[in-house]
Amino acid sequence: MASTFFNNKARAAAVSSSSKAKTETKEDTTRQQPWVEKYRPKTLDDVAAQDHTTKVLQRTLQASNLPHMLFYGPPGTGKTSTILALAKSLFGPALYRSRILELNASDERGIGIVRDKVKNFARAQLSQPTGLDAAYLAQYPCPPFKIIILDEADSMTQDAQSALRRTMETYSRITRFCLVCNYVTRIIEPLASRCSKFRFKSLDNSAAGVRLDNIARMENLNLEDGVVETLIRCGEGDLRRAITYLQSAARLAGAAKTGGKDVDEDAEMTDAGADQGIITVRSIEEIAGVIPDSILDSLVQAMQPKGGASAFDAVSTVVTDLVADGWSATQLVGQLYRRVVFTETIPDIQKNKIVLAFSEMDKRLVDGADEHLSVLDLTLRIAGILRG
Amino acid sequence: MALLVDKLRPRSLDALTYHPELSDRLRSLAQSGDFPHLLVYGPSGAGKKTRIIATLKELYGPGVEKIKIDARVFQTTSNRKLEFNIVSSVYHMEITPADVGNYDRVVIQELLKEVAQTQQVDLSAKQRFKIVVINEADHLTRDAQAALRRTMEKYSPNLRLILLANSTSNIIAPIRSRTLLVRVAAPTEKDICSALRIAAKREGWTEADGLNKRIAKESGRNLRRALLMFESIYAQNEKVTDTSPIPPPDWEALIQVTADEILKDRSPASLLQVRTRLYDLLTHCIPPTTVLKTLTFKLVARVDDALKPEVIKWSAFYEHRIKLGSKVIFHLEAFVAKFMRIYETYLMGMMEF
Repeated sequence: MASTFFNNKARAAAVSSSSKAKTETKEDTTRQQPWVEKYRPKTLDDVAAQDHTTKVLQRTLQASNLPHMLFYGPPGTGKTSTILALAKSLFGPALYRSRILELNASDERGIGIVRDKVKNFARAQLSQPTGLDAAYLAQYPCPPFKIIILDEADSMTQDAQSALRRTMETYSRITRFCLVCNYVTRIIEPLASRCSKFRFKSLDNSAAGVRLDNIARMENLNLEDGVVETLIRCGEGDLRRAITYLQSAARLAGAAKTGGKDVDEDAEMTDAGADQGIITVRSIEEIAGVIPDSILDSLVQAMQPKGGASAFDAVSTVVTDLVADGWSATQLVGQLYRRVVFTETIPDIQKNKIVLAFSEMDKRLVDGADEHLSVLDLTLRIAGILRG
Repeated sequence: MALLVDKLRPRSLDALTYHPELSDRLRSLAQSGDFPHLLVYGPSGAGKKTRIIATLKELYGPGVEKIKIDARVFQTTSNRKLEFNIVSSVYHMEITPADVGNYDRVVIQELLKEVAQTQQVDLSAKQRFKIVVINEADHLTRDAQAALRRTMEKYSPNLRLILLANSTSNIIAPIRSRTLLVRVAAPTEKDICSALRIAAKREGWTEADGLNKRIAKESGRNLRRALLMFESIYAQNEKVTDTSPIPPPDWEALIQVTADEILKDRSPASLLQVRTRLYDLLTHCIPPTTVLKTLTFKLVARVDDALKPEVIKWSAFYEHRIKLGSKVIFHLEAFVAKFMRIYETYLMGMMEF
């Protein structure tokens, strides 16, 4: 086992060949799957743009030992994917179920569960893998420990986290913990200090672009120029969001194409249609809920100072329409912010004041304040500041 | 007799009168075989629910209209029993987790997992997955939303979620990135007019275009409200003409009176009087945000332009306080007091405008 363990390349090759065979038979079920799941990286090498982390993990893999781990970073950067890929390449399909315990925020994770379920799993002795042939062992290293994955660990209560502390140490011989979270500050210090931390950085544009291009090619999509850039911009570093947008757009494009023809054999038709429909930049923006520039223009126009008259009537008309059209206030605040801050003609001193208003408004929206009043207040304040 | 709103509610995607592109898109999604999780958002009265029910019908056929109401009991970790109503058909299930307040996480975890772990029972069903419609998704607590995240991915072969919300601001980013956002804009005034015309024709009432236009304007692009106003006018008047008055709802009339009082007399005595009126409104279950908003817009319409931004500013400020605080009357009163103060100082010419 040890010799093959180090032979990473051979193992990767074996994995990819077997997974290829599997995907073909699974074709039927994968068609229904969200692409996010379908194209979830299968091995560590597939994980996009987290070179630093994956390199360290590869190395710990080779040392046949794994520390407790804490993955943190913004959503959609591949934290869950990485640990799942790692677990898969460690244990393979046969052992995966008995060696991995995956708990996430959708499971009850109070202190009781930590004491019962987690502790019992952590305590259980390893079952010897039986009925595994040499080929399987050659493919997967099957190291002698179990992994407990606590996904979305930042939503665990403080008490539950403290209950983990001693458990982590006591059974560290046969069990490794992997905590995955967005905000490392919500993990209590004693837990964090027991783990080696891996920061997942926001994806840079080129890596995400390559990934999206790949998916588009595999799904035979017909992309308009600039679609990938738009996806990346709307996704804001969140690859999952970008992929979801792409899939939604593909569905719409495919469906729009077949709309005019017979609807008799809709299943086959839509599949064929998905190959031909063109995905436009505008359709992506519509899906992402981006407010069109024309509406933003009219709002900015209304805020401009005009002679002696107050901007109130103009602004309130535009804002009322915006709210009635259902545009999201957070989206509006974000786009307006970018628009105002990057306008050269506004003097810096005014920008300072405007940014203050933005900060307060964001807080209010997060607290669940009424959108209509908040947006109206924000725009009127900006108008007031622009008047000087 | 059912209200017009219910009686004339469109039952299929074809019967929807406005936003044809949106209906087309929903239809094509329903027919394409892989239906995504949806997050439907838009102002109230824009037709979110109607559209979703029509989409469900498109997905599963008329079976979704046979619904029954179940009362389920859930137990929290602290052994508290929660009663919870579920509206369901064979194919779908409709829940309002915000009903159980802070315990919505328990419901989401238990219920969704239970639904998701079994496949569609009816083998002849058109789709292999079941749908759970979650009402008022923007009122879900953070915990409940976090609980949704992995469930959405893990059980996606058996389960699709449709979240209904008034705005996406309160929905956490991980959920937004897992759903297809569908924006349902409120109908334009023209759309409302045509809907009212159709309603009048169906009911065999005399048509009055001028009145329709006024109702559309008055309703603030809310079709439900427009239809209710429309019906009440026809119920109250024998003969309806273009100039028939539109009676405002009682609470709105009361707020109007309150606003008049505030403007007329700005003194502690009047504040005391306003307080009783506010209490009156609150005891009649008018949401505090609605009270504050209506009051603000009534006041703003009557003050000078220079004062308007200031009034809006404080209104937004106290609305935020209402959301954070626990006793709404404090903040409503504080707003009134603040308004009186700035109005008074403005009149005395001490404002630096």
